[in-house]
Amino acid sequence: MACSAPQAASKRKRVMFKQRPFLIETLTAIGLIIAPFVLPYLGFAPNTVNRILVWGLFGLGFDILFGFTGLLSFGQSAFYGTGGFVAAYLLTQTGFSNVLGALVIGMIAAAVTGYLVGLIALRRTGIYFAMITVAIAEVFFFVEFNPLSAWTGGENGLPGVPMPSFNLGFTTLEFTDGWSLYQFLALCYFVGVVIALRIVRSPVGAIFSAIRDNPVRAAAVGHNVHGYKLTAFVIAAAYAGFAGGLLGVLQAFMPPDAFTFDTSGQLVMQTAIGGRGTLFGPLVGAAVWLFLQDFLQAALGLGAAWKLVLGVVFVLLVCFLRRGIVGGLADLHHRLAGKRTRPPQRQLAEPVVAGQTAAGDEPMRASASVPPPMHRPAVTDSSSPPLLQASGLTKRYGGLVANNNIEFSVRRGELLGIIGPNGAGKSTFFKMLTCEIGPSSGRILFDGRDITGMHVTDVSQLGLTKSYQVNQLFTGLTVRENIVIAALARLRGKFRLDLLRKLDKVEGLEKRVRQTLELVNLTARADTPVSELAYGEKRRLEIGLALATSPSLLLLDEPLAGMSPRERTETVKLLKSIGQNRTMIVIDHDMDALFELAERVTVLQEGRVLVEGTPEEIRKSAAVQEAYLGGIHGVLDA
Amino acid sequence: MISWPNFVSQLFNGLALGALLALISSGLTIIYGTLGVLNLAHGAMFMLGGYAGYVGYQYSGSFVAAVAAGAIFVMILGVVMERVVIRHFYHRPNEDQLLVTFGLGICFVEIVRLFFSSQSLSVPPPPLFQGITNLGFMYYPTYRLAVVGIVAIALGVLFLLLYRTRLGMIVRAGIEDSVMVDSLGINVDRVFMVVFGIGAMAAGFAGIVNAPVVSLTPGVGDDILVETFVVVVIGGVGSFPGAILGGLIAGEIISITSMFNPSYAYVMLFAAMTLVLVVRPHGLLGAAGRE
Repeated sequence: MACSAPQAASKRKRVMFKQRPFLIETLTAIGLIIAPFVLPYLGFAPNTVNRILVWGLFGLGFDILFGFTGLLSFGQSAFYGTGGFVAAYLLTQTGFSNVLGALVIGMIAAAVTGYLVGLIALRRTGIYFAMITVAIAEVFFFVEFNPLSAWTGGENGLPGVPMPSFNLGFTTLEFTDGWSLYQFLALCYFVGVVIALRIVRSPVGAIFSAIRDNPVRAAAVGHNVHGYKLTAFVIAAAYAGFAGGLLGVLQAFMPPDAFTFDTSGQLVMQTAIGGRGTLFGPLVGAAVWLFLQDFLQAALGLGAAWKLVLGVVFVLLVCFLRRGIVGGLADLHHRLAGKRTRPPQRQLAEPVVAGQTAAGDEPMRASASVPPPMHRPAVTDSSSPPLLQASGLTKRYGGLVANNNIEFSVRRGELLGIIGPNGAGKSTFFKMLTCEIGPSSGRILFDGRDITGMHVTDVSQLGLTKSYQVNQLFTGLTVRENIVIAALARLRGKFRLDLLRKLDKVEGLEKRVRQTLELVNLTARADTPVSELAYGEKRRLEIGLALATSPSLLLLDEPLAGMSPRERTETVKLLKSIGQNRTMIVIDHDMDALFELAERVTVLQEGRVLVEGTPEEIRKSAAVQEAYLGGIHGVLDA
Repeated sequence: MISWPNFVSQLFNGLALGALLALISSGLTIIYGTLGVLNLAHGAMFMLGGYAGYVGYQYSGSFVAAVAAGAIFVMILGVVMERVVIRHFYHRPNEDQLLVTFGLGICFVEIVRLFFSSQSLSVPPPPLFQGITNLGFMYYPTYRLAVVGIVAIALGVLFLLLYRTRLGMIVRAGIEDSVMVDSLGINVDRVFMVVFGIGAMAAGFAGIVNAPVVSLTPGVGDDILVETFVVVVIGGVGSFPGAILGGLIAGEIISITSMFNPSYAYVMLFAAMTLVLVVRPHGLLGAAGRE
């Protein structure tokens, strides 16, 4: 492979990042240390900088929820206020004097509240979720103002929140206002950044991105999507709660307007202005927001119009610079560096920054180097119980019977084919087998276990998964990241909270991803974003996603659909090698390909099993020729 | 002490508020159902209807002219907004649509604040409906009774539009399956524009009709928007009957709770929404498919 200049540059970069895994952390620390020396010259008052830090910390959690997991909440003020008032109440009304302790208790209170609210709000997705969070935040505001006013001070808030101080024995560290308090806030922010970076680089962080890109597929490969969404929600609530407590400390007063919808709205706008999915976006957005507010009000004398200007800026950014200031700068940097644009969160999420640019020019290797099969249950043991058995499987859509009383079984090690004209009910049948849809009647036994009515995630965890007829990929991620998501499902189970574990510390992940990439012949394209893949490559990745979960039974729904003749030949070769040590069922229209692959073929017609047999028997079957080929053999092709 | 007439009058209040919420929510829900865009500027449009009506009233002194001004201004604004901004967002993710409409809503509120300041304004009810009416067992403000009637007529017109016209048929079909409507060769582009205009008009109309009941402030649409969301969640997204049912339920919950303790009105509203989400996640009259 010829090494072009940009490629060499990207390689250097990769090496650099590998040598300095804490680059972002270090840069953050440096930035926070020099800020007090630089910002005053730019017209930032210390109090403004402190407020920016509180907003930035608030936004770290929100960005994990919105930017990384794709859940746009307009109700974060509920947790900001909860954390703030719990901490302020402890410090002003109970004689509790440990500021840091109160902040942590406030954070925990907010996280618990977030868990309970999340249980309700996450019952629905998309716009429903957004609407429910708005309503919830409004309720919190009213509750704080009225029924709980004895504790929260109602519209007066809670005055007299003390500044933090730490008794170190020999001396006491006191943080008063201005730049002195800045040190405390900067430390809090730094710790917040370090934790947030760990989270987005952890397996959980990878799954968050997968959920944002394609929640359906994330569930289908075996991740508990609801559980992870709830996790992101609780993380965001915890950050909000801690930041809310800091707001009280900063102002020496816990203001009731922390609970208003405006607070949530401002957070959303600042995050979008600064750049979602970048972690630092909310901080930048807050800086822009507060600076413009001061500047427009004081310097230009615009008075109340400042918010209109910010609103217009916000709308323009959403329209034209979707990923905000930080995202825009990252894109610009990539363009200048001669690299293809990639979402910056990928780079945060993955310490190895690599851009494969010339890989597409490299001729595809004809066949993948397939790892030798561990064991080949070559002779299908007819005495052992079938791996999968469906009995009386029926699916009705109103009056339409898509599948009618299907009896079907697969033995371990078999490679089965299913053919049938369009509308024969093949895909419906697969969807029922993987429990994406429930059957109207009938039973499915997998590996001796009744899986009828189970969740698709659990079925995938048991080792039964499928590739889709229409690609269901994580379109914002690279090829490697796609495979990682699927492999994680098998290696970590459906739900695990290893929030601080590094992705490359997951036992066996690297090996499994490498093997899967080799198997589907995408090693050379590993670091290419899915959006840049050719169609045939996407189809192979689709199969790779299913393979990476190492299913004991793999269903492939039209793996050859839409491929060119050359791609078909290659893919059939690929499927053969995959099938060597697996049990597989393949649906396809390409009869020649299927007859070449499958040991046994089932023909579906109008939702029923028409005939079953070896390819030879099917070829000769008069019934099949009548039904499928219209009685004229040889006309059918593709 | 809660007296019988007091209770009945709160029921009427609930009916008036509920009818109003039903109208606003219908606008929101047909826009969402047809275009797939949740308009977070809907509350601001309600507010703008009130202010446009106020201006109309200042110039003409006629309440009818005020209502016409409020409704037509917001309808035109809706059409312009759809043409200039919203249609570029049909193929962008939901979050972007939420963000941009949210931002536009803020801009609208701030523009009004700039021109009219934050002071509250009032529009008097038309002479015909001024004063109070003796219902036999109690006295009740005439205009509030009139609001129920006016809004009922507006909902009736909306019903006829949705269920008795070609456009309505397309809109309802679009709510069921927008891809199919698209592929039938119907010019959805123009339908979208009209639907956005009608949906916005519903909010603007409600805004000016409500103006004599409450005083006008730039923030008057904010609470309404939240209440509208609850209505839509309870009734089911994209469902016109659901919006009416949800609106009436929400109106009565707010009014009856307010009789005992106004500060619990939102808590009860929220409790009702949670109950619906647990028992019927897709809303009382919503279909499972739309999300």
